[in-house]
Amino acid sequence: MEPELLLRTLAAALRLSTPLILCAMAGLLSERSGIVDIGLEGKMLAAAFAAAAIAAVTGSAWLALLCGIVIATLMALLHGYACITQRGNQVVSGVAINLLASGLTVVLGSYWFQQGGQTPMLTNLGRFRPLELPGVNLLNGVPILGAIYRDLISGYSLIVYIALLAVPATHWLVNRTRFGLRLRAVGEYPQAVDTAGVSVAWLRYRAVLLCGLLTGIAGTYVSIAQNAGFSRDMTAGQGFIALAAMIFGKWRPYPALGACLLFGLLDAVAIRLQGVRIAGIGEVPVQLIQALPYALTVLLLAGFIGKAVAPKASGIPYVKER
Amino acid sequence: MSGARPDLPRWADIGLIPLVNVLLAFIVAGLVVVVIGESPLEAVQVMLSGALGSGEGLGYTLYYATNFIFTGLAVAIAFHAGLFNIGGEGQAYIGGLGVGLLLLGLDHSLSWPVLLPLAVIAALLFGAAWAFIPAWLQAYRGSHIVITTIMFNFLASSLMVYLLVNVLNEHGATSPESRNIAEAAQLPFVTDILGGFGIKMAHTPLNLSILIAVLACVFVWIYVWHTPWGYELRTVGQSERAAVYAGVRPRRVILVTLCISGALAGLVGVNEIMGVQHRLLLNFNAGYGFTGIAVALMGRNHPLGVVLAAILFGILTQGGAELSFEMPNIDRNMVTVIQGLVILFSGALAHLSRPWLEALFALLSRRRPSLKEA
Repeated sequence: MEPELLLRTLAAALRLSTPLILCAMAGLLSERSGIVDIGLEGKMLAAAFAAAAIAAVTGSAWLALLCGIVIATLMALLHGYACITQRGNQVVSGVAINLLASGLTVVLGSYWFQQGGQTPMLTNLGRFRPLELPGVNLLNGVPILGAIYRDLISGYSLIVYIALLAVPATHWLVNRTRFGLRLRAVGEYPQAVDTAGVSVAWLRYRAVLLCGLLTGIAGTYVSIAQNAGFSRDMTAGQGFIALAAMIFGKWRPYPALGACLLFGLLDAVAIRLQGVRIAGIGEVPVQLIQALPYALTVLLLAGFIGKAVAPKASGIPYVKER
Repeated sequence: MSGARPDLPRWADIGLIPLVNVLLAFIVAGLVVVVIGESPLEAVQVMLSGALGSGEGLGYTLYYATNFIFTGLAVAIAFHAGLFNIGGEGQAYIGGLGVGLLLLGLDHSLSWPVLLPLAVIAALLFGAAWAFIPAWLQAYRGSHIVITTIMFNFLASSLMVYLLVNVLNEHGATSPESRNIAEAAQLPFVTDILGGFGIKMAHTPLNLSILIAVLACVFVWIYVWHTPWGYELRTVGQSERAAVYAGVRPRRVILVTLCISGALAGLVGVNEIMGVQHRLLLNFNAGYGFTGIAVALMGRNHPLGVVLAAILFGILTQGGAELSFEMPNIDRNMVTVIQGLVILFSGALAHLSRPWLEALFALLSRRRPSLKEA
């Protein structure tokens, strides 16, 4: 492969990984606190719609981001209320949130914009545009490094950099802070946390809120940075791939990042290979590459590649002893 | 899944609370309609007359209900064993693949009365096969059924796209569809059967599969409540540890139950491929698996409840389509919103109304102390 093409494929992989990274960190924080979240997809979709709608009306990308975050956080709170306060089934709640988002975005979208569930195409005004990092021109003359800096390090929208920062931030929060220690404890053995006088519910609510924040950013990225508007079900299962990546990373931030990048790369390669014949193999079925993240996750869960152990208390509502 | 709560009379627990939950879901859905600036009552009227007011509407309603019964039963039987199968979507898809492959192979040599039992077996086998791996992983490797069935939904979708784009599509055609199956192999429409008796009805996709749906309900009812296997299944659902002490092998029960669940979902393929579409195509399973969850929750996992809930969702789906014609402001995806709300209120928030109802009943029984038990 030519170096130019390689760089561009890698850059495309990072762009495709961005929503996965944000959602994987969101899911990680939620699940480490003991709240299973299969509603990542729905929250991301709702945020994508809210952001695109606000951007179309106001033309402000920042306001759009704010609204995306608010909507995703509200849905996260609904999930939290059902799972923490009402002690409902967390998977059922997640399914409900996915369906609600899928339906409401289209119902409200087609009423407000009369375009069959799409939002109006955005001009550059209401979008997060690729940034050019300082020094691109300076390094342009330098062989190899200049091209790498220009094509691989510079030139993404702000949210891509936020996503990359979210990983060390999550790692720090979960593994290096008092909040993180309690978060991990509440996901493994909530009784202990309760005995120590720390509120299980409040800890879990904070985790769920963080999850809403990150899925909100992810959704905003999908509709107003990656694309220029919202179309129905545009997140297309990425929330579930992020869930797979989180499991693939065994509920730890850096390995989850690795899985997201791998899945993003697979996606980028699949797009690149569409209809291309490779000598000796013939046409590689794109569907095979697209199915790999799911197949790999199943294999991992089956214990054939390492062992993935979920937080012990995840999925179990906490009932305080009386 | 709550234990015995003596504070409410039994009829309120079984009848009133689910009713209140569904009512709450519909009230919130009504609020959405209000936000859109339409009258919810008018919307309900349009939906009901669209779904039940004509032979055509009724036919469509029952056709949708047929699919919902299959996926609803699939979710319900798994729930009884304490398992959550959200793979109905993929199992229905692969069940349809089984039916399609059978018909594409044999449609020129056999006619539908012979093919029907074969198609049912193909749908059952393919659906069960698609559930088998997640089931086995849940039972023997401890991986969580929810995650694996989600993954298998996507795998099914990738597989079907691959097969229809590269293998099964008609030669020379670019659309990802198989050829049409021969007319003699197609399941008769109810319209045509009634036409034979001289009863005229508008043409609808309703076909003989609805009888299979009824049989499936009877099967689930007998299996879960009137066989030793059903007893074991419910025991595992209540407590796996207790089941072990009772001499039940939970792993085998999990495996068998999930395969039955997948097989039931696979039957959607008979209705869709043999009954309506008459060819293999993409996304004929659209959303039926997820609606099955709402149907099972609303029907409280009982076949009779599943039938009623399936008919209700049939009404909503057909009525929703009519509604989007009559009130263009309301998109037909309103049905998805209602599904989500029903799942939320009947499932995740199932106990939302309980404290209030308990307080209400306490108040009532205080007024009439003779009714109060010691």
